[in-house]
Amino acid sequence: MGLFSKLKNVLSKTRDGISKKLSALFARDRIGEDFYEELEDILISSDVSVKTTMEIVDEIRDTAIKEKCKDKDYVLSLLKTELFETLDYADKLEVKTPAVIMIVGVNGVGKTTTIGKLANKFVKEGKSVTIAAGDTFRAAAADQLAVWADRAKVKIVKHSEGADASAVVFDAIESCKARKTDVLIIDTAGRLHVKANLMEELKKMDRVTKREYPDANYYKLIVLDATTGQNAYNQVEVFNEAVGIDGIVLTKLDGTAKGGFIVSLSYELEVPVVYVGTGEKIDDIEDFDANEFVEALF
Amino acid sequence: MALFSGLSEKLNHIFSKLTKHGRLTELEIKTAMREVRIALLEADVNISVVKEFVSKVSERAVGQEILKNLNPTQQVIKIVNEEVIALMGSANSKLAVASTPPTVIMMAGLQGAGKTTLVGKLGMMLKKQGRKPLLVACDVYRPAAINQLKVVGEKAGCTVFEKGQGNPIKIAKEGVAHAKSYGFDTVIIDTAGRLQIDEELMKELEKIKEEVNPSEILLVVDSMTGQVAVEVADTFNKRLEVTGLVLTKLDGDTRGGATLSMKAVTGKPIKFCSVGEKLGDLEPFYPDRMANRILGMGDVLSLIEKAQEAVSEEEAKKMEKKFRENSFTLNDFLAQFETMKKMGGIKDILAMLPGMGGKMKVREENIDEKKMLSMKAVIQSMTMRERENPQIINSSRKNRIAKGSGTSVQEVNRVLKQFEQTKLMMKQMKNNRMFKF
Repeated sequence: MGLFSKLKNVLSKTRDGISKKLSALFARDRIGEDFYEELEDILISSDVSVKTTMEIVDEIRDTAIKEKCKDKDYVLSLLKTELFETLDYADKLEVKTPAVIMIVGVNGVGKTTTIGKLANKFVKEGKSVTIAAGDTFRAAAADQLAVWADRAKVKIVKHSEGADASAVVFDAIESCKARKTDVLIIDTAGRLHVKANLMEELKKMDRVTKREYPDANYYKLIVLDATTGQNAYNQVEVFNEAVGIDGIVLTKLDGTAKGGFIVSLSYELEVPVVYVGTGEKIDDIEDFDANEFVEALF
Repeated sequence: MALFSGLSEKLNHIFSKLTKHGRLTELEIKTAMREVRIALLEADVNISVVKEFVSKVSERAVGQEILKNLNPTQQVIKIVNEEVIALMGSANSKLAVASTPPTVIMMAGLQGAGKTTLVGKLGMMLKKQGRKPLLVACDVYRPAAINQLKVVGEKAGCTVFEKGQGNPIKIAKEGVAHAKSYGFDTVIIDTAGRLQIDEELMKELEKIKEEVNPSEILLVVDSMTGQVAVEVADTFNKRLEVTGLVLTKLDGDTRGGATLSMKAVTGKPIKFCSVGEKLGDLEPFYPDRMANRILGMGDVLSLIEKAQEAVSEEEAKKMEKKFRENSFTLNDFLAQFETMKKMGGIKDILAMLPGMGGKMKVREENIDEKKMLSMKAVIQSMTMRERENPQIINSSRKNRIAKGSGTSVQEVNRVLKQFEQTKLMMKQMKNNRMFKF
């Protein structure tokens, strides 16, 4: 299965949901206020925020009125274009070596699993990888990461539970410098973005990384769970404020959750989606492609 | 985010043209309901639940006479609030106990919902109640899940039963048998996270249920879940007939509208809320408070209750008088730290206040709980006179205070500024009409 068909397969669940509603909507004759209101409902039920939904639909409504358009298919193509442009505004993030990738996010979104998948992906690309077990808080987090490191056959730097996370980062950087490792992936403890002290700890890890490894290309990715609702926005906003976010990894897209909040995120915060997690196996990670995403949606 | 208290403001705006008393017209209700709809959607309540809800509320609101003491906004909010609470069901329900021990409690939910942590929290809670729980590790798929349960179990002071990466159905059965022979009165079964559309794993849960005949099947759900919550809850409920829901990660800033969706679709009670990372952070569920949270009106009730626990009536009166007279001193500030600590920290308090959502983030940076300790040290290094009259603190006094508290002059300045800000905040709160609502 090619990349496209695989993503499409995963997204078909999303697509089924939306397109069923859409075709029901398009079956009706007139384009009236009801039509646009239902268009709004469809986007909202994919977890696109109310604000973004209204803005996008308003824009389409204005265009349609201006062009005196009564054709529903044309309005749909307007919607697609608008969604695509919203998701595709940013330059694609390319990982240049030597690289440090710090993975952040709230609890339970799939950070550790994502790191396992990313490590495997980079190894397959012929890069050397080291993982830093920076989640020294959650019980057995380092053990879980070690299993993934083993599966991806990469080196892991870990300390004992309760150790200073920044010290783990420091050691991992030393090791990467000495071995000329291509990619260092740093795991961090899941933290709700409203916990100021934990956000301070994260800032410290960030400072240590910048100070100790200035030559590296440093990327900070936030992992978001596709089943999350509007809170995803707050998460990105606060993590972005704390350490600066370069991209999003959208996980658990293999369920029925639609992850529509990424539309709002791209629209309002201008943070690109970089990778998509599509399953529990080590290969279940793909580059995000806005075109595929929008196409697969409808 | 201007989500908090947004609804009241918008409704106020809509009704601003309305004459003081009279009946609510259909048009006014319609405009108001659009705002109610948006507020609920922004809180992640599922769209079909919202629609049903809004039509029900409109019906009730149209033609209703405005009560004497309420303005139209308050009237609509009152109806909305009542309906949300009604939907949320009665107050917290207790866990069922089996007639012949052990009582079996089984967990279910998506990946990352927080099941394993919850098993530890529940174990500790039951232990405190004098029960003897056995934690059974049936998540054989996620790497190190068993280890995690072992660590959590140890912290909770509970025995963990595990058979490595074996067959989860068999492990569950053996766990219950083990509890019987070793005198554990409760068995809590941790299960692997799974998608509701994963046929194979859903079957596995059904089989575990069949084998161990649990008194409680708790669906563990992340309170940040979006529109999909309905489908998740519905599927798990249809397959397993869950007995209750548990909300996790409620210590974040999510509005938690998923709660309403899940309640509406399953009709099952919400038994507990997980509100922090510590094992003691498990609370019963209060429908009225959740309603306020979803509607963005702040968890005023919780706050009042917490304040009552922490502050005696006499103290409260004294403090209120001080606010009124604006004679709030650094000594009172210091006393407040203690009260805040008892109330669960400033973050919790601010999060519970209506209209504080937006400002919370900024303030939190300043009032980190760890920093509170050093602030305390600073104030304690001041003389009584300085504490009563902070304006006399000049630079040489600041130097002395910094040395005495092992901090810096900047820190002393920061505390003084913080004090002034708090004083100002108190003054604003006093004048704020939302507290009269």
